[in-house]
Amino acid sequence: MQEMKIAVASGKGGTGKTMVATSLATALAPNYEVNFIDCDVEAPNGHLFLKPQISQTQPAVTLIPEIDQESCIACGKCVEACMFNALALLQDKILVFPQLCHGCGSCSLVCPVDAITEKPNPIGIISQGLVNSRMHFFMGELTISEPMPTPIIRQTKKLAADISGITILDSPPGASCSVVATVHDADFVILVTEPTPFGLHDLKQMIGVLSETGTPAGVIINRDGIGDNRVETYLKNQPYPILMKIPYQNQIASGLAAGGILVNFMPIYQQKFIDLYHQIKSILESKIEETC
Amino acid sequence: MLTSRQNVKQLVILSGKGGTGKTSISASLMHLSDSSKHQAVCVDADVDAANLALISQAKQISTQSYWGSHIAEIDPQRCSLCGVCFEVCRYDAIIEPIAQDDKYQVNPLLCDGCAACVYQCPESAIQMVKQEDGEWFHSKTPYGNLFHAELFPAAENTGKLVTTVKQNAKLFAEDHQIPLMIIDGPPGIGCPAISASAGADLALLVAEPGVSGYHDLERIIRTLAHFNVPAMICINKADLDLKTTQAIHQLANSHDYQIVAEIPFDDAFPKAMVEGLPITEFAPENIASRKIKLIWNHIQNFLFGAENETSRD
Repeated sequence: MQEMKIAVASGKGGTGKTMVATSLATALAPNYEVNFIDCDVEAPNGHLFLKPQISQTQPAVTLIPEIDQESCIACGKCVEACMFNALALLQDKILVFPQLCHGCGSCSLVCPVDAITEKPNPIGIISQGLVNSRMHFFMGELTISEPMPTPIIRQTKKLAADISGITILDSPPGASCSVVATVHDADFVILVTEPTPFGLHDLKQMIGVLSETGTPAGVIINRDGIGDNRVETYLKNQPYPILMKIPYQNQIASGLAAGGILVNFMPIYQQKFIDLYHQIKSILESKIEETC
Repeated sequence: MLTSRQNVKQLVILSGKGGTGKTSISASLMHLSDSSKHQAVCVDADVDAANLALISQAKQISTQSYWGSHIAEIDPQRCSLCGVCFEVCRYDAIIEPIAQDDKYQVNPLLCDGCAACVYQCPESAIQMVKQEDGEWFHSKTPYGNLFHAELFPAAENTGKLVTTVKQNAKLFAEDHQIPLMIIDGPPGIGCPAISASAGADLALLVAEPGVSGYHDLERIIRTLAHFNVPAMICINKADLDLKTTQAIHQLANSHDYQIVAEIPFDDAFPKAMVEGLPITEFAPENIASRKIKLIWNHIQNFLFGAENETSRD
């Protein structure tokens, strides 16, 4: 059973999600059991910083229908049931379009003559391993030209579900289905933003997601000092505290570009990220007290 | 002059990694196109984090609802608690009854809209309900027309909304004989990025040095190669990490892609953003702005080169 699941999300891309997620995981690793799950399957970057030893890989799949043409009576019920236009009836033959298939299995359930079996269709790879022989590391990776990230996110998270400890989920950018698949069952979400109009606009989108899921969250303002103070003004009337501010510094930008982890190349952040964890813990404890 | 309705060229701006400067550069290209002979209709195809309107002084002139997905709803009067819906759902979207009078319920956030439960429910207690997933807008800016959208938070069908916005922009461009669409793309390589680049004549990749920027650039390059979209690259914040900037040059070489400009780090980018302006208007004399002008020339030559030569004859 995972003790606490913390997702790191942002809305806007490039605000520093992976920097925060890898720093938090690294800061906690010596004293806690930590699991890192990279859910940004379109552009997974956590491994570039954490440099895990990958011990196992497996395909991430959707189950796509295979039609047994012998027994198919071309009734078209499967075509009718498919909500994603992944099946078509063409001259008494059913055609399958694997890239449109969501793998829901509805077609095989409605087929009156059991002519449909489902076969795994690989759309990505899930890797797992250890960082410094200690931290559990999981990463989903979408195969080039495949459109659908969410099945990979779901499968990667399921693979890690039985491991105990603190789980840190590095979310994709945006505020749509793949972000929901990452954060919906998190205990807490860290929103990483930057103090610019883009950062604010996309932070609001993420807050919109969290108002749907009801997940408690707090904000880290990264590159503090580059823009204006509209993010802070906005947050004054929101139930989301500012957890940390990280100033814009060339040293940070170039350290990250070289593949460094913030808490390693600027050790002053080590304690800040441990404190961040305790702050999150006490926010969650006070929420539990409220409900009791 | 355009002679046929099919002649609208499409330029898509992509990056793989988020936050490399796609939108800042798209807005600048929009600004530069307005005073050039190749005017453009612009599209913000990053519909779940749409920011182009924030730096192009956009004024909405029309708003349309976007209805894309379906979500299952269970009629509690008809539900007989058989649990078939729970068994067939592969998305953990069916909530089991807990209290005495509870019936099965749907978690709308997890429902994928596949309707498997609808077809299997023996009581016909489940139906699919169409969802309003967002809105799309036609706006006027001082630099031309902008088509953009806002996907509602947590909604689905991003790719379809991208396609909807692009189609409307294309019709507008054809009707008004505007030769170019500038499409500000989303990060990533999945469905919205694929939808944004479908039909593109050229992709401008905004690369960023650093291990992440390099890794994600490589993924978007392979994606575009798969779909046969030609591309050119500019490196933003090029002075941030010389080692990976060098590696980006090698990567570009190995794919025969041209690096058309290196833009140095410039804090005028966030400043222009705060003022709501493209950097080429906010700070036209900065090196960054001059580099973007250079990029615009490369784009025009690539897309309209032949046409330019004929018109000179």
